[in-house]
Amino acid sequence: MSRKRLRLYLVLATLVVLGIAATLILRALNEELVFFHSPTAIAADRPDPGTLFRLGGLVETGTVEKQGEQVSFSVTDLSSAVKVTYRGLLPDLFREGQGVIVEGAFDDSGQFVAREVLAKHDETYMPPEVAKALKESGRWKETEGKGTAQPAVTQ
Amino acid sequence: MRRLIFLLPIAIVAVLVALFWIGLDPKRDKSALPSALVGKPAPAVDLAGLSDGAPRLTLAQFKGQLVAINFFASWCLPCRAEHPLLKQITAEFGVPVIGIAWKDKPEDSRAFLAELGDPYVATGTDQNGRTGIDFGITGVPETFLIGADGTVVYRFAGPLSPDGLREQLAPAIAEAKQ
Amino acid sequence: MIPELGHYALVLALVMALAQATLPMVGAARGIRPWMQLAKPAALAQFAFVVFAFLALMLAFASSDFSVAIVTQHSHSEQPLIYKLSGTWGNHEGSLLLWVLILTIFGALVALFGENLPPRLKARTLSIQAMISVGFLLFMLLTSNPFARLNPAPVEGEELNPLLQDPGLAMHPPMLYLGYVGFSIVFSFAVAALIDGKVDAAWARWVRPWCLLSWTTLTGGIVLGSWWAYNELGWGGWWFWDPVENASFMPWLIGTALLHSALVVEKRDALKSWTILLSILTFGFSLLGTFLVRSGIITSVHAFADDPTRGVFILALLAIAIGVPLSLYALRAPVLRGGGLFAPLSREGALVMNNLLLAVMTATVLLGTLYPLLLELTTGRTISVGGPFYMATFGVLALPLLLLMAVGPFMGWKRGDVRGALQRLIAAGICALGAAIVAVWIKSDGPLLAPLGLLVGVWLLVGTLVEFMERIRLFEGNPARIWNRARHSPRAAYGMTLAHLGLAVAVIGMTGAAAWKSENIKVLQPGQALTLQGYEFKLESVQGIRGENYLADQAHFVVSRDGDVISNLYPERRQYLVQPMPTTEAAIRSMPFADLYAVIGEPDGKGGWIVRIYHEPLVAWIWFGALIMVAGGLTSLSDRRYRVGAPVRAGAAQAAKA
Repeated sequence: MSRKRLRLYLVLATLVVLGIAATLILRALNEELVFFHSPTAIAADRPDPGTLFRLGGLVETGTVEKQGEQVSFSVTDLSSAVKVTYRGLLPDLFREGQGVIVEGAFDDSGQFVAREVLAKHDETYMPPEVAKALKESGRWKETEGKGTAQPAVTQ
Repeated sequence: MRRLIFLLPIAIVAVLVALFWIGLDPKRDKSALPSALVGKPAPAVDLAGLSDGAPRLTLAQFKGQLVAINFFASWCLPCRAEHPLLKQITAEFGVPVIGIAWKDKPEDSRAFLAELGDPYVATGTDQNGRTGIDFGITGVPETFLIGADGTVVYRFAGPLSPDGLREQLAPAIAEAKQ
Repeated sequence: MIPELGHYALVLALVMALAQATLPMVGAARGIRPWMQLAKPAALAQFAFVVFAFLALMLAFASSDFSVAIVTQHSHSEQPLIYKLSGTWGNHEGSLLLWVLILTIFGALVALFGENLPPRLKARTLSIQAMISVGFLLFMLLTSNPFARLNPAPVEGEELNPLLQDPGLAMHPPMLYLGYVGFSIVFSFAVAALIDGKVDAAWARWVRPWCLLSWTTLTGGIVLGSWWAYNELGWGGWWFWDPVENASFMPWLIGTALLHSALVVEKRDALKSWTILLSILTFGFSLLGTFLVRSGIITSVHAFADDPTRGVFILALLAIAIGVPLSLYALRAPVLRGGGLFAPLSREGALVMNNLLLAVMTATVLLGTLYPLLLELTTGRTISVGGPFYMATFGVLALPLLLLMAVGPFMGWKRGDVRGALQRLIAAGICALGAAIVAVWIKSDGPLLAPLGLLVGVWLLVGTLVEFMERIRLFEGNPARIWNRARHSPRAAYGMTLAHLGLAVAVIGMTGAAAWKSENIKVLQPGQALTLQGYEFKLESVQGIRGENYLADQAHFVVSRDGDVISNLYPERRQYLVQPMPTTEAAIRSMPFADLYAVIGEPDGKGGWIVRIYHEPLVAWIWFGALIMVAGGLTSLSDRRYRVGAPVRAGAAQAAKA
C-alpha cells in the first residue's frame, strides 16, 4: 500500500460521499423548501392544492371564529386577505391584530388548511440602544408603588 | 497542487464572512410583513378624545399639513422609552404629533401622559384597537407620517431612538416637505 | 457599589488578558523564560477577576438590584430564587459574561494542570486563549456592558421571560457553554501547534481530555435544551432544526469527528493536518453560533439581540479568530508530514469514513441554516428550511455512519478484517432486520426513514454489545476470570462502548418518537373524556391556582387504560405577573415505551376547554440514550492515561523544563 494509492482511495471516497450528499441536497431543495407568500401574492398567483407554503400577515380583527377545536380566521396584509382554518391549540402569542405566520396548503376545495400557526414574537422588549439612551439622559422615571410595566389591558 | 487544498478552508470562510457582512446591512427589512399602506390614503380616524370633554379626533382637521401619528399605550414599556423624543419631532422639525392610545383604558393613558408630559397636539383613544388594525400596526409604539394630502408617507415601527429619528424619520420628513 | 466593582474587575481582566496574549507568545518565540512563565499567573488572575465580576452580577440578580439595567429587564422581586439566579445568564450581556467566564476557566485549568506540557506549547496555548478573551472582553465592555446602570432605579423589574422560568432551561446555558466554549482550548492548542510546526502523538494525548470534556458537556447541554423544549413548548416536539439549535449541533458534529481523528494522530501519527483543521473549525462553529444568535441576522425564536452594531463586532471577531488561524493553516499545514500508512479497510480507514461522513453532514446542516439568508440576499424571496429538508439530507447520510459505527471497533489498526467483523455481526444484522420488519408491520404508511432508523439503531445497539462481549470474552472461562478481564479493560474502551450504545438508544428513541407519534384534540367539559391509543384521558376539573409568581388554570386529568388508572396529569395555563403572554405547562407521564402528554388551551366560554393530548413512543429512550453517552464521555475522561497527561519519564521531564 503506497502513499499514493492511499491518497487515491481517499480522494475517491471523498468524491463519492460528496456526490451522494450533493444529490440529496439538490433533491431536498427542490422538494422540501417552504416558500413564504403574502396574501396579496396569493391573490395574484395561488399555489396549487397540496403545495405546502407559509402565509404571513396580521390576524384580521373580527374574523376569528372558534367551533370546538376548529378555528378559522383571516390573514390580511391590508390589501388582501386569506381565510385560514386550523384544528388545534393556537399559540400563546396569537391575537387579533397581531402578526402571524401560518404554514399549510390549499385543499382541493380551495380552503387554506393550516398545519402550523406561529405567532410573531412579542413586541414588548426594550432595544439596547434605547435603554442606553434613556440611561444617559437620566430620564427613566420611577413610578409610585406599582411596577414600571403594567399587565396587558383586557377589554 | 497540494498547497491549494489547504487554502480551501480560508477561501470558504472568506465567502461566508462576505455573505454575513451583506446580511448585516441595517436597511435589510427582516420583517416578513409588508408595509402595504405607504403611498395610500391614510385610513379614516374617528375616535373619542382622550381628555374628558375633549372633541373627537379625526384626521380631517389636519388636512393640508404634514402631521405625525404616534400609537402608544400606558402598558407599553418601549413607549415610555421613546416618549422624550416625540417632543423633538415638533420642536426640531415643526411636525405636529397626534397621539392615539391603543387598547388602553383612558384613565391609564391620561395618567401616563400626566406623568411623562403630553407632546401631542391632539389625542384620541382607540380602545378596541380597530384604528390600529386599520393602520396595520403590529404592536405599539408605531409612528406614521401623513402628508398634507392625507396619504401615508412613512411608517416607523417600534420605539424611536435618536438614531432612528435622525437617520430614518428626519429624511422622510424632509422629503415630504418638498 | 458592587456592580461598579464588577465592571472594574472586567477592565482588569482585559488588562490581564492583553498581557497574557502578548508576552508569553513573544517569550516562546524568543526563548525568554520569565515571559513564558507569565502565562500561568496571568491566566489565574484573569479567571479571578472574571469570576468576581460574574458573582457580582449574580448578586445583583439575587438581591433584585434594579439599578442594574439588565436586572430590571430580566428579573422580578417575586421570582423564585433559582430563576433570579438563572436570570444572570438569561440575557445577552449576562450570557456573554458566562461565555468569558468559561473561557477563563479553561485557561486557568490548563495553567494549573499543564505541568507536563512543553513550556513553549503551554505559553503559546495560553496566549491564544487570552487573545480570544481580549476579543470578547472588548465586545462586552464596548457594546454589551452587563453592569450598565439605571438612574434613578425602577422599583420593580420586568420579569424574566416566563418561557425561561424552567429548571431545564436554567441549567442549559452553563452546560452548553462548557461544551461550546470548552473547544476554545482545543483550538488554542491547535494554533499553538501550528506555530510550533509540530503535531505528534503527545499533542493528541494532551488535547484529548479537553476535547472529551467539551464534547461531553456539549452533549449534555444540547439534550437539556431539547428536554426543555419538549416539556415547555407544549407541542411534544424536541428538535426543530431552528438556526440556533443547529448552531450548537454543528460544533457537536465536528467535535465528534475531532475526537475520532485525534485517535488516529495518537495511535498512528496520521491525519495530523486534518485534525488541526478540525480543531480550528470546531471552535469556529461555536463562534459562528454566537454570531447567528446575537447579531440579529437570522430571525429565530431563540435570538437574543437584534442589533446590527453588535453583529458587526462579532462578525469582525469571527473573521479574525477563524481567518488568521486558517491562513496560518494554509501556510504551515503542508509542513506537518504524515505518518503511518494503512489499508483503506482498517480501523484508520473506518475513522476516516467517520470523519468524512460527519464533515459532510455538518455541511448539510450549515447549508440548510444559511440557505434562507442566501436566497433572500440574492433573490429577495423568503423561504423556510425545516425538518423535511434535514431528514432528506442529514438523516440519509446518518444511516451509513451508524452502520459503520458497529463495524469500526472490530477492525484492527493498519489492516482490518472486514469479513470477520461482518461475520461476528450477523446476530446484530438479524435483530436489526427483525426490528425493521416489526416497524413496517406496526405502521406501514409512515416515512421510509422510520424503519431504516430503527434498523440502524438496533444494529448499532446489538453490534456494540457484541463487541463488548467479545472484548472481555464474556462466555469464556469462569466468572472470576471474566470479571478480571472486565476490570482491566481500559476505561476509554468502556467510554466508547457506552457512547456508541447511548447513541443507538437515542436513535431508536428519536425514530419512535418522530415516526409513531399520535395526537388528539377536542373541546372537553369537565367530566368528559378523550381517548388515544387505548388510553382514556378524563377531564375531572379545571381550577384556578396561584404559584409563586403566577396565576394559572390547572386541569386535572385521570388517565386510565382498560379501566385501570395509570396516572393523574395536571397541565396548566399560566399567566405570569408582568409579561402579558400566557404560557402552557404540559403534563407528561413518562413510561418506558411511550410518553403521555396533555396540554390545556383556552376556555371556549361555555364551560369547556380545548385540550390536546399526545402519545409519543420511546421518548424516554432519547433522554436515557443521551445520559448513557454523557456517562461514556465521563468514563473516558476518568481514564488515568489521559488525566496524567503525556507519560514522560522523570529525567526527560527535568530536561524539558530546563
